[in-house]
Amino acid sequence: MSNAPVDHGRRRFLTIATSVVGGVGAVGVAVPFIASWNPSEKAKQAGAAVTANISKLEPGQLIRVEWRGKPVWVVKRTPEMLETLTKVEPNLRDPGSEDPQQPDYAKNQHRSKKPELFVAVGICTHLGCSPTYKMNDFDAHVEGIASGFFCPCHGSTYDMAGRVFAGVPAPKNLMIPPYMLSENDTVLLIGADEGTV
Amino acid sequence: MFKNLMSWIEYRMPFMEKMNLHVMQYPAPKNFNFWYFFGSLAMLVLVNQILTGIWLTMNFEPSAERAFASVEYIMRDVDYGWLLRYMHSTGASAFFVVVYLHMLRGMMYGSYQKPRELLWIFGMLIFVVLMAEAFMGYLLPWGQMSFWGAQVIISIFGVIPGIGEDLTLWIRGDYVISGATLNRFFALHVIALPLVLVILVFLHIIALHEVGSNNPDGIDVKRPNDGQPVENNVSDKFTFHEYFTKGGKKIIVDAIPFHPYYTVKDIVGVVGFLLVFCGVIFFAPEGGGFLLEPPNFEPANPMKTPDHIAPVWYFTPFYAILRAVPDQLFGAIFMFLAIIFLALLPWLDRCPVRSMRYRSALHKWNLVNFCISFVVLGVLGVLPATPTYTLLAQIFSFTYFAFFGLLWLYSKNEKTKPLPVRLT
Amino acid sequence: MLKQLLAAVALVASSAALAASGHVVHLDKAPIDLTDKESLQRGARMYQNYCLGCHQMEYQRYSRTFRDLGIPDEVGMEQLAFTAKKVGDHIKNAAPKTDLARWFGAAPPDLSNVARVRGPDWLYTYLRSFYVDPSRPFGVNNEVFPLVGMPHVLQELQGVPSKQHETRLVDGESKEVYVGIVTDGTGELSTEEYDRAVADLVNYLEYTGEPSKLESRSLGIKVMIFLLIFFVLAFLLKKEYWKDVH
Repeated sequence: MSNAPVDHGRRRFLTIATSVVGGVGAVGVAVPFIASWNPSEKAKQAGAAVTANISKLEPGQLIRVEWRGKPVWVVKRTPEMLETLTKVEPNLRDPGSEDPQQPDYAKNQHRSKKPELFVAVGICTHLGCSPTYKMNDFDAHVEGIASGFFCPCHGSTYDMAGRVFAGVPAPKNLMIPPYMLSENDTVLLIGADEGTV
Repeated sequence: MFKNLMSWIEYRMPFMEKMNLHVMQYPAPKNFNFWYFFGSLAMLVLVNQILTGIWLTMNFEPSAERAFASVEYIMRDVDYGWLLRYMHSTGASAFFVVVYLHMLRGMMYGSYQKPRELLWIFGMLIFVVLMAEAFMGYLLPWGQMSFWGAQVIISIFGVIPGIGEDLTLWIRGDYVISGATLNRFFALHVIALPLVLVILVFLHIIALHEVGSNNPDGIDVKRPNDGQPVENNVSDKFTFHEYFTKGGKKIIVDAIPFHPYYTVKDIVGVVGFLLVFCGVIFFAPEGGGFLLEPPNFEPANPMKTPDHIAPVWYFTPFYAILRAVPDQLFGAIFMFLAIIFLALLPWLDRCPVRSMRYRSALHKWNLVNFCISFVVLGVLGVLPATPTYTLLAQIFSFTYFAFFGLLWLYSKNEKTKPLPVRLT
Repeated sequence: MLKQLLAAVALVASSAALAASGHVVHLDKAPIDLTDKESLQRGARMYQNYCLGCHQMEYQRYSRTFRDLGIPDEVGMEQLAFTAKKVGDHIKNAAPKTDLARWFGAAPPDLSNVARVRGPDWLYTYLRSFYVDPSRPFGVNNEVFPLVGMPHVLQELQGVPSKQHETRLVDGESKEVYVGIVTDGTGELSTEEYDRAVADLVNYLEYTGEPSKLESRSLGIKVMIFLLIFFVLAFLLKKEYWKDVH
């Protein structure tokens, strides 16, 4: 080995270059560790869109479909139920659905694609209980209104479009999931819509 | 601001002081060769095993019903799960490769000799705990080889007279290897043994830094300071922690600070190692059936033994000794003696000269004999026990133990070469 | 002493090689290629049509097979996944395990990992080594897996196979030596076509054994290139610093 004076420039350059490459390597090593926390194939498949046959749904009837571990309600609303949607509006917290609790196509008075068909995640926006469907006896909770949803946990109330009443603990309207209907309206696909398929 | 914070911490916990003592200003002999990479590589592999191990437990399910399926879940459904699993399974074998080479280094240069006996003992304890760790880890995937390999090894405890049967029952927690066994092995594998391992590694390093590193010449780099300057001493250029010069009573000759010289050198070693390690992980994770054995891709089946069972390669030298002895009990005793004798090396070797460089030809040949015996026993442990192989295993078990006996005999009055005064 | 040692080592090594090659039946090399998506797709179709009735792949999902083989989900669900409800389902059959065990004497093994247990060459040879043997319950035996409990489900493709022997001189004596399988030509496929079809199936089984294999290889190449660059830099850095040490 030589006795030449130390070339500080070269030493500095090599130190920095090796550190940078080593740093890139460290980031690369971190990738599998971080990526393994993503939802696995199992979780993704469990969270995939689910289908429900709604051809036999009767007026006023509610069915529950499980999507991503949560109950999704599908209700075929009667004309009387749809009429009350206008009537309750003065008592609602967010009648125009300004909060982004629904896809754009459900940002309307009936909060759905087709007026009679109501699809919503049946989880109270207060603390996560599942409210009860009061088909005929909702006026015990809101005077003069026959149908709606009542949360037994803390008494929050929602109208037949899942809009929350003012003065109850729940802060927001019920969540509307993305969904699609088959051509003849017999099959409902929950969890995916025209934008994602 | 930052400086204040640093000195506030330093006053209460002398972090920089310890870094200087153990890394920046630790005197390392300047003549470390290739064989000195394996210590730092063992450290790297330990970190790899702990990290990938923690990540694997996030998706592994320790139950007889779900263990195999959850490993397949990791391999197929978890993002990069296959990579984490292969890093862990390949890492287990890599651990033994580097540890065996690290031990061989110690034997070649007499690193176990006075004053490094305790350092060697800590190393042997690490080796034993590592074997237990690897054995328990191998049961967890709950494949055919996991099950039957564990069956065979646990049965070894059954040969102990009187208590053997009860002991195996107690270890398994069941009449066969079952979910109970799996769960206790899981607990030990992921918590208890790694904890012990890390503590032992810590003690190993503390013990090393107390007595200082040996080197290929096996002579001391620290010597009493007689006030005379040493000619061409590279150590004069550097500052070492005063702890190592004992306040000027000692002088350091031919050593260099660990940082930056051995840190940059170890980076080369690490990257070279990673080239091989990643080559296996990405292109041959089964390692030709030696790292991941084909029957282990079948779920454990207590009703059906695979055609040929052998332990994983790193146990096979000891397994071959076990099988070579016709009597079961003595087989087990000899297997344990094979490890005990290694641990006793500091006292079996009575020669004052450490490095094989300056020892007799007989000693060099004896070391060669040891290596060949160990490797051949390793090969025999993989093969089925035919009469020919059993005879060979007996011969090489004998030469394995003969290494220790011969060493004890000739080392007392060994004809050695004169030691150099300075490192070469 | 050294000579004896070396001789002993050589003996062990050669007998080890003998033990490894001691398998009675010669295995043909499976002509498979994991990058050949069309072969994998044909293999998947074979599997669904001929194997799934008895053998599940309980660790492999349809969605994974479709994605890795370049099959659109809808097409796959319609043409391949007859028994599945959802694309994320595992490749399972409807037959209860206990019934299958009663019919065949043992439950047909899961095939997700079969290529990793047996190796592709074994599978390729096995599926081409059935022969007529009236003494067996299903009328067939197998040269690679004697007394196998599995019927020859691919017989409609291969035709009726029988063992072929040749008289050869072995160690100075003339002996009947097994040389392969011939069929009676009643199968839908010619011998070459049948071999190709089996290779496709084995290719698919090799894929399901380790679906990450292609990803592993391509990532591996990048990692190796990165490490080589890192190695050169680290080596230069080491040399630079070690100029201080004389």
